[in-house]
Amino acid sequence: MLELRAVSKRFGGVVATDEVTLEIVRGEVHALIGPNGAGKTTLIGQISGVLATDSGRILFNGADITRLSAHARVAAGLARSYQITSIFRRYSVLENLALAVQARSGTSFRFWRPVTHERALFDEARAIGAEIGLQARLSTVAATLAHGEQRALEVGLALATRPRLVLLDEPMAGMGPQESRAIIELIQRMRSRVTVLLVEHDMDAVFRLADRITVLVSGRVIASGAPAAIRADPAVRQAYLGEELAA
Amino acid sequence: MRAIGVFLLLALFPLAMQAMDSMFYVSLASRILIYAIAATSLNLVLGYGGMVSFGHAAFFGAGAFVVGIMAVEGVRSAWLAWPAAVAVAALAALVIGALSLRTRGVYFIMITLAFAQMVYYIFVSLKTYGGDDGLSLPGRSTVGIGTLGNDLVWYYVVLAVLAAVLYGLHRLVHSRFGRVIAAIRENEARAEAIGFPVYRYKLACFVIAGAVGGLAGALIANQSSYVSPSLLHWIQSGTLMIMVILGGVGTLWGGVIGAAVLLGLEHLIADYRIGWLAALAPNYQDHGGLAVGIVLLAIVMLAPEGLAGLFARRRDA
Repeated sequence: MLELRAVSKRFGGVVATDEVTLEIVRGEVHALIGPNGAGKTTLIGQISGVLATDSGRILFNGADITRLSAHARVAAGLARSYQITSIFRRYSVLENLALAVQARSGTSFRFWRPVTHERALFDEARAIGAEIGLQARLSTVAATLAHGEQRALEVGLALATRPRLVLLDEPMAGMGPQESRAIIELIQRMRSRVTVLLVEHDMDAVFRLADRITVLVSGRVIASGAPAAIRADPAVRQAYLGEELAA
Repeated sequence: MRAIGVFLLLALFPLAMQAMDSMFYVSLASRILIYAIAATSLNLVLGYGGMVSFGHAAFFGAGAFVVGIMAVEGVRSAWLAWPAAVAVAALAALVIGALSLRTRGVYFIMITLAFAQMVYYIFVSLKTYGGDDGLSLPGRSTVGIGTLGNDLVWYYVVLAVLAAVLYGLHRLVHSRFGRVIAAIRENEARAEAIGFPVYRYKLACFVIAGAVGGLAGALIANQSSYVSPSLLHWIQSGTLMIMVILGGVGTLWGGVIGAAVLLGLEHLIADYRIGWLAALAPNYQDHGGLAVGIVLLAIVMLAPEGLAGLFARRRDA
Protein backbone atom coordinates (compact mmCIF):
# COMPACT_ATOMS: atom_id res chain seq x y z
CA MET A 1 0.00 0.00 0.00
CA LEU A 2 2.78 2.41 0.99
CA GLU A 3 6.31 1.91 -0.16
CA LEU A 4 9.35 3.96 0.81
CA ARG A 5 12.43 3.50 -1.32
CA ALA A 6 15.67 4.85 0.13
CA VAL A 7 13.95 7.97 1.45
CA SER A 8 16.27 10.58 2.99
CA LYS A 9 16.00 14.01 4.58
CA ARG A 10 18.78 16.31 5.75
CA PHE A 11 18.46 19.44 7.87
CA GLY A 12 21.69 21.26 7.13
CA GLY A 13 24.39 18.84 8.20
CA VAL A 14 22.06 16.65 10.24
CA VAL A 15 20.76 13.52 8.57
CA ALA A 16 17.23 13.03 9.92
CA THR A 17 16.23 10.06 7.78
CA ASP A 18 18.83 8.03 5.99
CA GLU A 19 17.76 5.88 3.03
CA VAL A 20 14.70 4.50 4.76
CA THR A 21 13.18 1.60 2.86
CA LEU A 22 9.91 0.32 4.20
CA GLU A 23 6.72 -1.30 3.01
CA ILE A 24 3.34 -1.08 4.65
CA VAL A 25 0.86 -3.73 3.62
CA ARG A 26 -2.86 -3.08 3.25
CA GLY A 27 -4.82 -3.84 6.42
CA GLU A 28 -1.95 -4.01 8.87
CA VAL A 29 -1.10 -1.95 11.90
CA HIS A 30 2.53 -1.12 11.36
CA ALA A 31 4.39 0.38 14.30
CA LEU A 32 7.39 2.65 13.89
CA ILE A 33 9.50 2.81 17.03
CA GLY A 34 12.85 4.23 17.96
CA PRO A 35 14.53 6.47 20.53
CA ASN A 36 13.94 10.23 20.62
CA GLY A 37 15.54 11.94 17.65
CA ALA A 38 15.50 8.78 15.54
CA GLY A 39 13.66 10.59 12.74
CA LYS A 40 10.20 9.14 13.24
CA THR A 41 8.30 12.43 13.06
CA THR A 42 10.48 13.56 10.16
CA LEU A 43 9.51 10.40 8.30
CA ILE A 44 5.80 11.03 9.03
CA GLY A 45 6.30 14.55 7.70
CA GLN A 46 7.84 13.21 4.51
CA ILE A 47 5.10 10.64 3.99
CA SER A 48 2.33 13.20 4.61
CA GLY A 49 4.02 15.71 2.32
CA VAL A 50 4.68 18.47 4.84
CA LEU A 51 8.43 17.98 4.47
CA ALA A 52 10.09 17.76 1.07
CA THR A 53 12.04 14.56 0.49
CA ASP A 54 15.68 15.08 -0.53
CA SER A 55 16.16 11.74 -2.22
CA GLY A 56 14.36 8.45 -2.64
CA ARG A 57 10.81 7.71 -3.70
CA ILE A 58 7.47 7.34 -1.94
CA LEU A 59 4.81 5.18 -3.60
CA PHE A 60 1.19 5.04 -2.48
CA ASN A 61 -0.99 2.37 -4.04
CA GLY A 62 1.60 2.09 -6.80
CA ALA A 63 1.61 5.79 -7.69
CA ASP A 64 4.65 7.97 -7.08
CA ILE A 65 3.64 10.66 -4.58
CA THR A 66 7.13 11.91 -3.71
CA ARG A 67 6.45 15.38 -5.10
CA LEU A 68 2.72 15.55 -4.40
CA SER A 69 1.44 18.36 -2.11
CA ALA A 70 0.14 17.49 1.34
CA HIS A 71 -3.50 18.24 0.50
CA ALA A 72 -3.35 16.13 -2.64
CA ARG A 73 -2.09 13.18 -0.57
CA VAL A 74 -5.08 13.54 1.73
CA ALA A 75 -7.33 13.43 -1.32
CA ALA A 76 -5.57 10.23 -2.36
CA GLY A 77 -6.42 8.68 1.01
CA LEU A 78 -3.43 9.41 3.20
CA ALA A 79 -4.15 11.31 6.44
CA ARG A 80 -2.13 12.06 9.54
CA SER A 81 -2.48 13.05 13.17
CA TYR A 82 0.05 15.17 14.99
CA GLN A 83 2.27 14.42 17.95
CA ILE A 84 1.63 17.94 19.21
CA THR A 85 -2.13 18.39 19.17
CA SER A 86 -3.21 20.46 16.18
CA ILE A 87 -6.94 21.06 16.17
CA PHE A 88 -9.20 24.05 15.49
CA ARG A 89 -9.20 25.20 19.07
CA ARG A 90 -11.93 27.81 18.88
CA TYR A 91 -14.37 25.48 17.13
CA SER A 92 -16.63 22.94 18.76
CA VAL A 93 -15.86 19.24 18.40
CA LEU A 94 -18.68 18.92 15.87
CA GLU A 95 -17.40 21.87 13.81
CA ASN A 96 -13.88 20.42 13.85
CA LEU A 97 -15.08 17.11 12.50
CA ALA A 98 -17.57 18.60 10.02
CA LEU A 99 -14.75 20.68 8.56
CA ALA A 100 -12.65 17.58 7.98
CA VAL A 101 -15.64 15.80 6.41
CA GLN A 102 -16.20 18.85 4.20
CA ALA A 103 -12.57 18.73 3.06
CA ARG A 104 -13.07 15.47 1.22
CA SER A 105 -16.71 15.75 0.15
CA GLY A 106 -16.75 17.85 -2.96
CA THR A 107 -15.29 21.27 -3.67
CA SER A 108 -15.49 24.04 -1.12
CA PHE A 109 -15.33 26.76 -3.75
CA ARG A 110 -18.97 27.41 -2.94
CA PHE A 111 -19.68 30.90 -1.82
CA TRP A 112 -23.40 31.25 -1.26
CA ARG A 113 -25.21 28.37 0.43
CA PRO A 114 -24.82 28.23 4.22
CA VAL A 115 -22.79 25.23 5.23
CA THR A 116 -25.17 24.52 8.11
CA HIS A 117 -27.77 23.50 5.52
CA GLU A 118 -25.62 20.53 4.57
CA ARG A 119 -27.02 17.96 6.96
CA ALA A 120 -24.90 15.15 5.57
CA LEU A 121 -21.67 16.81 6.72
CA PHE A 122 -22.87 17.11 10.29
CA ASP A 123 -24.48 13.66 10.37
CA GLU A 124 -21.20 12.09 9.41
CA ALA A 125 -19.29 14.32 11.83
CA ARG A 126 -21.59 13.11 14.62
CA ALA A 127 -20.91 9.50 13.67
CA ILE A 128 -17.17 10.07 13.87
CA GLY A 129 -17.62 11.91 17.15
CA ALA A 130 -19.32 8.81 18.53
CA GLU A 131 -16.59 6.58 17.18
CA ILE A 132 -13.86 8.52 18.99
CA GLY A 133 -15.92 8.56 22.17
CA LEU A 134 -16.77 12.25 22.17
CA GLN A 135 -20.51 11.93 21.47
CA ALA A 136 -21.31 13.76 24.71
CA ARG A 137 -18.87 16.57 23.95
CA LEU A 138 -19.90 17.52 20.41
CA SER A 139 -20.81 21.10 21.21
CA THR A 140 -17.84 21.69 23.51
CA VAL A 141 -15.23 24.15 22.25
CA ALA A 142 -12.11 22.13 21.45
CA ALA A 143 -9.78 24.35 23.50
CA THR A 144 -11.67 23.48 26.68
CA LEU A 145 -11.53 19.69 26.23
CA ALA A 146 -9.40 17.57 28.54
CA HIS A 147 -6.02 16.52 27.16
CA GLY A 148 -7.13 12.99 26.39
CA GLU A 149 -10.24 14.25 24.62
CA GLN A 150 -8.15 16.60 22.50
CA ARG A 151 -5.93 13.66 21.53
CA ALA A 152 -9.02 11.69 20.53
CA LEU A 153 -10.22 14.62 18.42
CA GLU A 154 -6.77 14.81 16.85
CA VAL A 155 -7.18 11.21 15.66
CA GLY A 156 -10.81 11.92 14.75
CA LEU A 157 -9.79 14.73 12.38
CA ALA A 158 -7.59 12.30 10.50
CA LEU A 159 -10.33 9.65 10.41
CA ALA A 160 -12.92 12.16 9.18
CA THR A 161 -11.04 12.54 5.92
CA ARG A 162 -11.88 8.86 5.35
CA PRO A 163 -8.29 7.77 4.72
CA ARG A 164 -7.09 4.41 3.43
CA LEU A 165 -3.84 4.82 5.33
CA VAL A 166 -3.63 6.85 8.51
CA LEU A 167 -0.37 8.05 10.04
CA LEU A 168 -0.72 8.35 13.81
CA ASP A 169 2.17 10.26 15.37
CA GLU A 170 2.27 9.30 19.06
CA PRO A 171 -1.48 9.35 19.59
CA MET A 172 -0.99 8.48 23.27
CA ALA A 173 1.53 11.24 24.01
CA GLY A 174 1.04 12.61 27.51
CA MET A 175 -1.85 10.30 28.35
CA GLY A 176 -2.65 8.42 31.51
CA PRO A 177 -3.21 4.65 31.35
CA GLN A 178 -6.98 4.97 31.19
CA GLU A 179 -6.96 7.46 28.33
CA SER A 180 -4.38 5.35 26.50
CA ARG A 181 -6.67 2.37 26.74
CA ALA A 182 -9.42 4.32 24.98
CA ILE A 183 -7.07 5.12 22.09
CA ILE A 184 -5.90 1.51 21.90
CA GLU A 185 -9.53 0.42 21.65
CA LEU A 186 -10.17 3.04 18.98
CA ILE A 187 -7.27 1.73 16.89
CA GLN A 188 -8.53 -1.83 17.41
CA ARG A 189 -11.95 -0.81 16.09
CA MET A 190 -10.66 1.01 13.04
CA ARG A 191 -8.02 -1.50 11.97
CA SER A 192 -10.54 -3.49 9.93
CA ARG A 193 -11.24 -0.45 7.72
CA VAL A 194 -8.00 1.44 7.53
CA THR A 195 -4.29 0.67 7.39
CA VAL A 196 -2.35 2.25 10.24
CA LEU A 197 1.22 3.48 10.57
CA LEU A 198 1.67 4.05 14.28
CA VAL A 199 4.53 5.96 15.87
CA GLU A 200 4.46 5.29 19.60
CA HIS A 201 6.68 5.20 22.66
CA ASP A 202 4.28 3.19 24.77
CA MET A 203 5.70 -0.31 24.21
CA ASP A 204 2.71 -2.06 25.78
CA ALA A 205 0.46 -0.43 23.22
CA VAL A 206 2.86 -1.15 20.38
CA PHE A 207 3.14 -4.85 21.15
CA ARG A 208 -0.60 -5.16 21.64
CA LEU A 209 -1.54 -3.45 18.40
CA ALA A 210 1.17 -3.97 15.84
CA ASP A 211 1.18 -6.68 13.17
CA ARG A 212 4.67 -5.60 12.25
CA ILE A 213 7.24 -3.29 13.75
CA THR A 214 10.00 -1.23 12.19
CA VAL A 215 12.78 0.13 14.36
CA LEU A 216 14.41 3.41 13.41
CA VAL A 217 17.68 4.50 15.00
CA SER A 218 19.54 7.64 13.90
CA GLY A 219 17.43 7.84 10.77
CA ARG A 220 18.18 4.26 9.70
CA VAL A 221 16.01 1.16 9.76
CA ILE A 222 17.83 -1.35 11.94
CA ALA A 223 15.11 -3.98 11.99
CA SER A 224 11.66 -4.66 10.60
CA GLY A 225 9.40 -7.63 11.21
CA ALA A 226 6.87 -9.35 13.44
CA PRO A 227 6.71 -8.25 17.10
CA ALA A 228 8.25 -11.50 18.39
CA ALA A 229 11.20 -11.19 16.04
CA ILE A 230 11.74 -7.56 16.99
CA ARG A 231 11.61 -8.40 20.67
CA ALA A 232 14.26 -11.04 20.15
CA ASP A 233 16.49 -9.02 17.83
CA PRO A 234 19.80 -8.42 19.59
CA ALA A 235 20.55 -5.21 17.66
CA VAL A 236 17.20 -3.77 18.67
CA ARG A 237 17.69 -4.75 22.29
CA GLN A 238 21.05 -3.11 22.35
CA ALA A 239 20.05 0.05 20.53
CA TYR A 240 16.68 0.74 21.96
CA LEU A 241 14.62 -1.70 23.93
CA GLY A 242 17.52 -2.51 26.20
CA GLU A 243 16.60 -3.49 29.72
CA GLU A 244 13.00 -2.43 29.19
CA LEU A 245 12.03 -5.80 27.78
CA ALA A 246 14.56 -7.94 29.56
CA ALA A 247 12.28 -8.25 32.55
CA MET B 1 -33.25 42.11 11.31
CA ARG B 2 -31.01 44.69 12.89
CA ALA B 3 -29.32 45.13 9.52
CA ILE B 4 -32.64 46.06 7.92
CA GLY B 5 -33.16 48.68 10.61
CA VAL B 6 -29.75 50.19 10.00
CA PHE B 7 -30.35 50.37 6.26
CA LEU B 8 -33.79 51.88 6.79
CA LEU B 9 -32.21 54.66 8.85
CA LEU B 10 -29.52 55.15 6.23
CA ALA B 11 -32.20 55.34 3.54
CA LEU B 12 -34.13 58.02 5.45
CA PHE B 13 -31.03 60.05 6.28
CA PRO B 14 -30.84 62.13 3.05
CA LEU B 15 -34.54 62.96 3.23
CA ALA B 16 -34.00 64.40 6.70
CA MET B 17 -30.97 66.33 5.49
CA GLN B 18 -32.95 67.65 2.55
CA ALA B 19 -35.64 68.88 4.87
CA MET B 20 -32.96 70.64 6.92
CA ASP B 21 -31.35 71.97 3.75
CA SER B 22 -27.99 70.38 4.61
CA MET B 23 -27.20 68.47 1.44
CA PHE B 24 -23.51 68.73 2.23
CA TYR B 25 -23.98 65.91 4.72
CA VAL B 26 -25.46 63.65 2.07
CA SER B 27 -22.29 64.03 0.08
CA LEU B 28 -20.16 63.38 3.16
CA ALA B 29 -22.30 60.34 3.92
CA SER B 30 -21.85 58.82 0.46
CA ARG B 31 -18.10 59.32 0.84
CA ILE B 32 -18.21 57.48 4.17
CA LEU B 33 -20.29 54.66 2.66
CA ILE B 34 -17.75 54.23 -0.17
CA TYR B 35 -14.93 53.94 2.35
CA ALA B 36 -17.14 51.52 4.25
CA ILE B 37 -17.19 49.29 1.16
CA ALA B 38 -13.41 49.53 0.77
CA ALA B 39 -12.81 48.76 4.43
CA THR B 40 -15.27 45.86 4.32
CA SER B 41 -13.39 44.34 1.40
CA LEU B 42 -10.14 44.64 3.35
CA ASN B 43 -11.85 43.07 6.35
CA LEU B 44 -12.52 39.97 4.25
CA VAL B 45 -8.79 39.28 3.74
CA LEU B 46 -7.54 40.78 6.97
CA GLY B 47 -10.27 39.83 9.41
CA TYR B 48 -11.86 36.68 8.04
CA GLY B 49 -8.86 35.40 6.10
CA GLY B 50 -6.19 36.42 8.61
CA MET B 51 -3.97 37.79 5.82
CA VAL B 52 -2.57 41.13 6.94
CA SER B 53 -2.46 42.86 3.56
CA PHE B 54 -0.84 46.29 3.71
CA GLY B 55 -1.48 46.99 0.05
CA HIS B 56 -5.22 47.17 -0.29
CA ALA B 57 -5.10 50.74 -1.63
CA ALA B 58 -3.63 49.33 -4.84
CA PHE B 59 -6.96 47.72 -5.72
CA PHE B 60 -9.00 50.67 -4.49
CA GLY B 61 -6.88 53.12 -6.48
CA ALA B 62 -6.66 50.93 -9.57
CA GLY B 63 -10.45 50.71 -9.70
CA ALA B 64 -10.66 54.48 -9.40
CA PHE B 65 -8.13 55.03 -12.17
CA VAL B 66 -9.83 52.59 -14.53
CA VAL B 67 -13.06 54.58 -14.22
CA GLY B 68 -11.13 57.87 -14.51
CA ILE B 69 -9.14 56.87 -17.57
CA MET B 70 -12.17 55.39 -19.32
CA ALA B 71 -14.20 58.54 -18.61
CA VAL B 72 -11.45 60.76 -20.01
CA GLU B 73 -11.32 58.52 -23.08
CA GLY B 74 -15.06 58.92 -23.55
CA VAL B 75 -16.42 55.71 -22.00
CA ARG B 76 -18.68 56.96 -19.24
CA SER B 77 -21.21 54.17 -18.98
CA ALA B 78 -21.23 52.66 -15.48
CA TRP B 79 -22.19 49.33 -17.07
CA LEU B 80 -18.85 49.24 -18.87
CA ALA B 81 -16.52 51.20 -16.60
CA TRP B 82 -17.43 49.65 -13.26
CA PRO B 83 -17.08 46.01 -14.33
CA ALA B 84 -13.80 46.99 -15.98
CA ALA B 85 -12.63 48.52 -12.69
CA VAL B 86 -13.59 45.34 -10.84
CA ALA B 87 -11.87 43.15 -13.43
CA VAL B 88 -8.63 45.13 -13.40
CA ALA B 89 -8.55 45.17 -9.59
CA ALA B 90 -9.22 41.42 -9.51
CA LEU B 91 -6.46 40.79 -12.01
CA ALA B 92 -4.05 42.93 -10.00
CA ALA B 93 -5.03 41.02 -6.87
CA LEU B 94 -4.48 37.73 -8.68
CA VAL B 95 -0.94 38.67 -9.67
CA ILE B 96 0.01 40.35 -6.39
CA GLY B 97 -1.69 37.64 -4.33
CA ALA B 98 -0.13 34.77 -6.27
CA LEU B 99 3.33 36.07 -5.44
CA SER B 100 2.70 37.51 -1.95
CA LEU B 101 0.87 34.49 -0.58
CA ARG B 102 4.02 32.43 -0.91
CA THR B 103 5.24 34.36 2.12
CA ARG B 104 3.86 34.66 5.64
CA GLY B 105 3.70 37.01 8.58
CA VAL B 106 5.83 40.15 8.43
CA TYR B 107 7.10 39.21 4.98
CA PHE B 108 3.56 39.11 3.65
CA ILE B 109 2.87 42.56 5.10
CA MET B 110 6.02 43.97 3.54
CA ILE B 111 5.61 42.39 0.13
CA THR B 112 1.98 43.53 -0.24
CA LEU B 113 3.14 47.02 0.76
CA ALA B 114 5.93 46.88 -1.81
CA PHE B 115 3.60 45.78 -4.61
CA ALA B 116 1.09 48.48 -3.76
CA GLN B 117 3.82 51.14 -3.86
CA MET B 118 4.88 49.83 -7.26
CA VAL B 119 1.31 50.29 -8.52
CA TYR B 120 1.31 53.77 -6.98
CA TYR B 121 4.44 54.77 -8.87
CA ILE B 122 3.07 53.35 -12.12
CA PHE B 123 0.09 55.70 -11.91
CA VAL B 124 2.17 58.66 -10.73
CA SER B 125 4.35 58.29 -13.80
CA LEU B 126 1.37 58.11 -16.18
CA LYS B 127 1.71 61.76 -17.26
CA THR B 128 -1.00 61.39 -19.93
CA TYR B 129 -3.51 60.74 -17.16
CA GLY B 130 -2.49 63.45 -14.75
CA GLY B 131 0.52 61.91 -13.08
CA ASP B 132 1.13 63.58 -9.72
CA ASP B 133 -1.74 66.01 -10.20
CA GLY B 134 -4.40 63.38 -10.58
CA LEU B 135 -7.16 63.17 -13.10
CA SER B 136 -10.33 65.26 -13.37
CA LEU B 137 -13.33 63.44 -14.80
CA PRO B 138 -15.82 65.12 -17.16
CA GLY B 139 -18.57 64.01 -14.77
CA ARG B 140 -20.06 61.02 -13.01
CA SER B 141 -20.75 57.76 -14.81
CA THR B 142 -23.89 57.35 -16.85
CA VAL B 143 -26.43 54.53 -16.55
CA GLY B 144 -28.43 54.91 -19.73
CA ILE B 145 -31.22 57.22 -18.55
CA GLY B 146 -28.80 59.89 -17.41
CA THR B 147 -25.75 60.58 -15.28
CA LEU B 148 -25.44 59.86 -11.60
CA GLY B 149 -24.73 63.55 -11.08
CA ASN B 150 -27.56 64.16 -8.63
CA ASP B 151 -26.15 63.80 -5.12
CA LEU B 152 -29.33 62.27 -3.78
CA VAL B 153 -29.46 59.62 -6.52
CA TRP B 154 -25.76 59.04 -6.04
CA TYR B 155 -26.19 58.44 -2.32
CA TYR B 156 -28.79 55.75 -2.96
CA VAL B 157 -26.63 54.05 -5.59
CA VAL B 158 -23.74 53.88 -3.12
CA LEU B 159 -26.03 52.67 -0.35
CA ALA B 160 -27.38 49.92 -2.62
CA VAL B 161 -23.84 48.77 -3.48
CA LEU B 162 -22.90 48.70 0.21
CA ALA B 163 -26.02 46.66 1.02
CA ALA B 164 -25.16 44.17 -1.72
CA VAL B 165 -21.55 43.91 -0.56
CA LEU B 166 -22.52 43.33 3.07
CA TYR B 167 -25.12 40.73 2.14
CA GLY B 168 -22.62 39.00 -0.13
CA LEU B 169 -20.03 38.98 2.66
CA HIS B 170 -22.60 37.59 5.08
CA ARG B 171 -23.41 34.75 2.69
CA LEU B 172 -19.77 34.09 1.92
CA VAL B 173 -18.73 33.91 5.57
CA HIS B 174 -21.30 31.21 6.30
CA SER B 175 -20.73 29.26 3.10
CA ARG B 176 -18.37 26.34 2.64
CA PHE B 177 -15.75 28.74 1.34
CA GLY B 178 -16.09 31.01 4.36
CA ARG B 179 -15.64 28.06 6.68
CA VAL B 180 -12.43 27.05 4.96
CA ILE B 181 -11.06 30.60 5.09
CA ALA B 182 -11.81 30.84 8.80
CA ALA B 183 -10.26 27.42 9.41
CA ILE B 184 -7.08 28.46 7.62
CA ARG B 185 -6.84 31.55 9.79
CA GLU B 186 -7.34 29.37 12.86
CA ASN B 187 -4.83 26.64 12.00
CA GLU B 188 -3.29 26.70 8.54
CA ALA B 189 -1.18 23.56 8.86
CA ARG B 190 -4.15 21.53 10.04
CA ALA B 191 -6.37 22.86 7.26
CA GLU B 192 -3.81 21.58 4.76
CA ALA B 193 -3.48 18.29 6.64
CA ILE B 194 -7.20 17.56 6.39
CA GLY B 195 -6.96 18.09 2.66
CA PHE B 196 -7.70 21.72 1.81
CA PRO B 197 -5.46 23.28 -0.87
CA VAL B 198 -4.78 26.22 1.43
CA TYR B 199 -2.93 28.41 -1.05
CA ARG B 200 -5.76 28.31 -3.57
CA TYR B 201 -8.37 29.28 -1.00
CA LYS B 202 -6.27 32.15 0.30
CA LEU B 203 -5.68 33.39 -3.22
CA ALA B 204 -9.38 33.23 -4.06
CA CYS B 205 -10.15 35.20 -0.91
CA PHE B 206 -7.50 37.77 -1.80
CA VAL B 207 -8.88 38.17 -5.33
CA ILE B 208 -12.49 38.58 -4.17
CA ALA B 209 -11.40 41.25 -1.69
CA GLY B 210 -9.35 42.99 -4.38
CA ALA B 211 -12.31 42.96 -6.78
CA VAL B 212 -14.62 44.53 -4.20
CA GLY B 213 -11.89 47.04 -3.38
CA GLY B 214 -11.84 47.92 -7.08
CA LEU B 215 -15.60 48.45 -7.01
CA ALA B 216 -15.19 50.85 -4.09
CA GLY B 217 -12.52 52.60 -6.16
CA ALA B 218 -14.93 52.96 -9.09
CA LEU B 219 -17.33 54.68 -6.71
CA ILE B 220 -14.75 57.01 -5.15
CA ALA B 221 -13.72 58.20 -8.62
CA ASN B 222 -17.32 59.23 -9.16
CA GLN B 223 -17.78 60.76 -5.72
CA SER B 224 -15.94 63.97 -6.56
CA SER B 225 -15.25 63.30 -10.26
CA TYR B 226 -11.57 63.37 -9.46
CA VAL B 227 -8.96 60.64 -9.11
CA SER B 228 -5.78 61.31 -7.20
CA PRO B 229 -2.77 58.98 -7.03
CA SER B 230 -2.94 59.46 -3.26
CA LEU B 231 -5.77 56.90 -3.41
CA LEU B 232 -3.05 54.34 -4.13
CA HIS B 233 -0.54 55.55 -1.59
CA TRP B 234 0.44 53.30 1.30
CA ILE B 235 -1.08 55.82 3.71
CA GLN B 236 -4.40 54.97 2.11
CA SER B 237 -3.77 51.28 2.81
CA GLY B 238 -2.99 52.21 6.40
CA THR B 239 -6.17 54.26 6.69
CA LEU B 240 -8.27 51.32 5.50
CA MET B 241 -6.49 49.10 8.01
CA ILE B 242 -7.19 51.54 10.83
CA MET B 243 -10.87 51.54 9.85
CA VAL B 244 -11.01 47.75 10.02
CA ILE B 245 -9.18 47.52 13.34
CA LEU B 246 -11.24 50.33 14.78
CA GLY B 247 -14.55 48.90 13.64
CA GLY B 248 -13.83 45.27 14.38
CA VAL B 249 -11.55 42.76 12.70
CA GLY B 250 -13.51 39.87 11.22
CA THR B 251 -16.94 41.29 11.98
CA LEU B 252 -19.60 41.97 9.35
CA TRP B 253 -20.08 45.64 10.31
CA GLY B 254 -16.49 46.34 11.27
CA GLY B 255 -15.55 48.13 8.05
CA VAL B 256 -18.70 50.24 8.07
CA ILE B 257 -18.35 51.33 11.68
CA GLY B 258 -14.64 52.01 11.29
CA ALA B 259 -15.12 54.14 8.18
CA ALA B 260 -17.96 56.10 9.77
CA VAL B 261 -16.06 56.79 13.00
CA LEU B 262 -12.73 57.68 11.39
CA LEU B 263 -14.08 59.94 8.65
CA GLY B 264 -16.74 61.37 10.93
CA LEU B 265 -14.10 62.22 13.51
CA GLU B 266 -11.83 63.89 10.95
CA HIS B 267 -14.72 65.97 9.75
CA LEU B 268 -15.80 66.89 13.26
CA ILE B 269 -12.37 68.05 14.32
CA ALA B 270 -11.75 70.04 11.16
CA ASP B 271 -15.12 71.78 10.99
CA TYR B 272 -16.20 72.37 14.56
CA ARG B 273 -14.16 74.58 16.79
CA ILE B 274 -14.32 73.56 20.41
CA GLY B 275 -14.05 76.79 22.39
CA TRP B 276 -12.11 75.68 25.47
CA LEU B 277 -9.75 73.54 23.44
CA ALA B 278 -9.07 76.42 21.05
CA ALA B 279 -8.34 78.69 24.03
CA LEU B 280 -5.79 76.15 25.18
CA ALA B 281 -4.26 75.39 21.77
CA PRO B 282 -5.41 77.94 19.20
CA ASN B 283 -4.34 76.03 16.11
CA TYR B 284 -5.35 72.51 17.22
CA GLN B 285 -7.53 72.09 14.15
CA ASP B 286 -4.47 72.32 11.92
CA HIS B 287 -3.18 69.22 13.64
CA GLY B 288 -6.34 67.19 13.38
CA GLY B 289 -4.33 64.01 12.96
CA LEU B 290 -3.08 64.28 16.53
CA ALA B 291 -6.56 64.68 17.92
CA VAL B 292 -7.88 61.82 15.78
CA GLY B 293 -4.97 59.71 16.96
CA ILE B 294 -5.74 60.34 20.62
CA VAL B 295 -9.39 59.43 20.16
CA LEU B 296 -8.45 56.30 18.20
CA LEU B 297 -6.01 55.29 20.91
CA ALA B 298 -8.76 55.64 23.51
CA ILE B 299 -11.17 53.56 21.43
CA VAL B 300 -8.65 50.79 20.82
CA MET B 301 -7.75 50.69 24.52
CA LEU B 302 -11.37 50.63 25.67
CA ALA B 303 -12.71 48.32 22.94
CA PRO B 304 -9.84 46.02 21.98
CA GLU B 305 -12.10 43.93 19.74
CA GLY B 306 -13.21 46.99 17.80
CA LEU B 307 -16.38 49.01 18.12
CA ALA B 308 -18.49 46.28 16.56
CA GLY B 309 -17.59 44.15 19.58
CA LEU B 310 -19.44 46.60 21.82
CA PHE B 311 -22.71 45.94 20.00
CA ALA B 312 -22.23 42.28 19.33
CA ARG B 313 -24.44 39.69 20.85
CA ARG B 314 -21.78 37.00 20.62
CA ARG B 315 -23.56 34.70 18.29
CA ASP B 316 -21.04 32.74 16.30
CA ALA B 317 -22.23 30.37 13.64
